[in-house]
Amino acid sequence: MAKSGWQRKDLLGIAELERTEIEAVLATAASFHEVATRPIKKVPTLRGKTVLNLFFEPSTRTRSSFEIAEKRMSADAINFSTAGSSLSKGESLLDTTRNLQAMSPDVLVIRHAHPRVPHQLAARLDTSVVNAGDGAHEHPTQALLDAFTILQHREQLDGLRVAILGDIEHSRVVRSNVLLLRKMGASVVIGGPYTMMPRSAEALGVDVAYSIDEALEGADVVMMLRVQTERQSRMSIPSADEYFALFGLDRARLRRANEGALVLHPGPINRGVEIASDVADGRASLILEQVSSGVAVRMAVLYLLAGGAS
Amino acid sequence: MDLAVKRTLLDASHMQRVMRRMAGEIVERNRGVEGLLLIGIRTRGVPLAEFLVREIERMEGKKPAYGILDITLYRDDLSTIAPQPVVKESRLPDGLEGRRVVLCDDVLFTGRTIRAALDALMDYGRPKAVQLAVLIDRGHRELPIHADYVGETVRTTTSEVIKVRYAATDDGEEDVLLLDRE
Repeated sequence: MAKSGWQRKDLLGIAELERTEIEAVLATAASFHEVATRPIKKVPTLRGKTVLNLFFEPSTRTRSSFEIAEKRMSADAINFSTAGSSLSKGESLLDTTRNLQAMSPDVLVIRHAHPRVPHQLAARLDTSVVNAGDGAHEHPTQALLDAFTILQHREQLDGLRVAILGDIEHSRVVRSNVLLLRKMGASVVIGGPYTMMPRSAEALGVDVAYSIDEALEGADVVMMLRVQTERQSRMSIPSADEYFALFGLDRARLRRANEGALVLHPGPINRGVEIASDVADGRASLILEQVSSGVAVRMAVLYLLAGGAS
Repeated sequence: MDLAVKRTLLDASHMQRVMRRMAGEIVERNRGVEGLLLIGIRTRGVPLAEFLVREIERMEGKKPAYGILDITLYRDDLSTIAPQPVVKESRLPDGLEGRRVVLCDDVLFTGRTIRAALDALMDYGRPKAVQLAVLIDRGHRELPIHADYVGETVRTTTSEVIKVRYAATDDGEEDVLLLDRE
C-alpha cells in the first residue's frame, strides 16, 4: 500500500510546504475530482468526523466550497460565523476556540482578517487547522486549486511564465500563489497600478511590470485579481472605467500573451473592471473550472489532514 | 518487515492455465460478454482483470467492458493508518444499471477489501449482479463474503503473506509465492 507521505497536522500556508507535499495534495485532488462526476457524489471517508468552519470574515464562495468538500467526504460540517456570536460579546479568540475545541472537532477551517491567526491557534490546539485566508498573508487552498486547474491543461508548472495582475498589495491570493509557483519551477511577473504594488516586490522573487502589456508579454498563464470595488473609497484609483482602460484584460490585450494562454480569476469577477466579458466567457477562461477544482483540492486537504490516524 | 519465500504456489504456466480457466467459467456462467463488466480492484486486482478481459476477448471474439476501482476512500481501517494511503482515480464506464459486474482481485483474505469495493460500486449505480473472481483464496474471512470464481484455494497461517506477480507489471515475473514474516 503506497503512502501519501503527508505528515502535517495543519495546512497553514504554502510557505511551510515542500515541493513533494504540494505534489501530494495535487495528486490526491486528481482522484477526488472524479467523485464529482459520479451519480452519488459522496464518499464515506470522513464519516463520524466533525469539521468546524470558522469564518471571522465574510466569505460565501470559499466557505461554500469547503462545505461541499466536507459533505462529499461525509464529514459533519458546522458553520460558525462571527455575526451574533460570543466574539461580539467580548470573548477572546483563543477562548472561543478553546470552547469549540471542547466540542472535539477533527478539523478547524479558519478565515480571519489578521495574519497568522490560524498559525497561533494551530500551535495551541490539538485539532488540525486549515487556513482559509488570514488577512493579506496566505490562502493556501486557493493557490493549490489554481495550480490544480492549470495542471488540467498543462503537463507541469515547471518553466511556465505566469502573470499576476491587479491589486497585488492587498491580495493573499498572490502571496500563496507566488510561493507555490516558484516552488514548482514557474516564473512569475506581477503587474498592476503603482499604488497597488507591494513596496518590496523583489523580495517575493518575482519580476515587476508597471504596465499590463509588459506583464502579458510571453505569459503562459494570466491570473487576474479582483478590484475590491466595495472598498473603493480607500482605493487609489480614480474610477472603475479608468481602471479597465489601463489595467483591464480584454481580448486585444490578451493577444500579447503566448498563444493559448490560460486565464484565471479567483472570483467574484467584476466584468468591465478588471476583466472584459469576452475574456471571462472566452475559450481561454478557466474561471468556472477553478470553482470545481476548489472542491476537489479541499477534499484532498481534508483527506490528508483527517483521513488517517492522528 | 522481512519476508522469506517459503515456496512457489503457482508457477507462470500454471498461473496462466488457472486464469484461462477462470475466464472460461466467467463467460460460461454469464453466457457470453453481453452486459458483462470486469472491474479490477486497485492495485493488484487490475492485472488479473486485464488478463481475463484479453482472454475472454480471445475466446468470444468480443471484448467485455472493463473498469478500475480504487477503494481507499471506503476502507474501514483508514483511521488506523498513518500516513494516509495514496488515493487513486477509479475509472468505470458510464452506467452500471443492468450490467453483470465481476470484481477481480488477486487474493481473498479477510473480505474487508471486497466489502469496501461493494460499497464503492453501489455509489456508481445499481448493477444487475455482482460476482467476485480471485486468483487465490487464502481463508481467514472476517466477513460473510465468498468468491464465485477461485483460481486456487490455499491453506495459510495468519503470519504468512501471499504475493502474486504478473508478467505485465512485475518485469515479466509471473507466479504466486508464499512468504512468511518469520
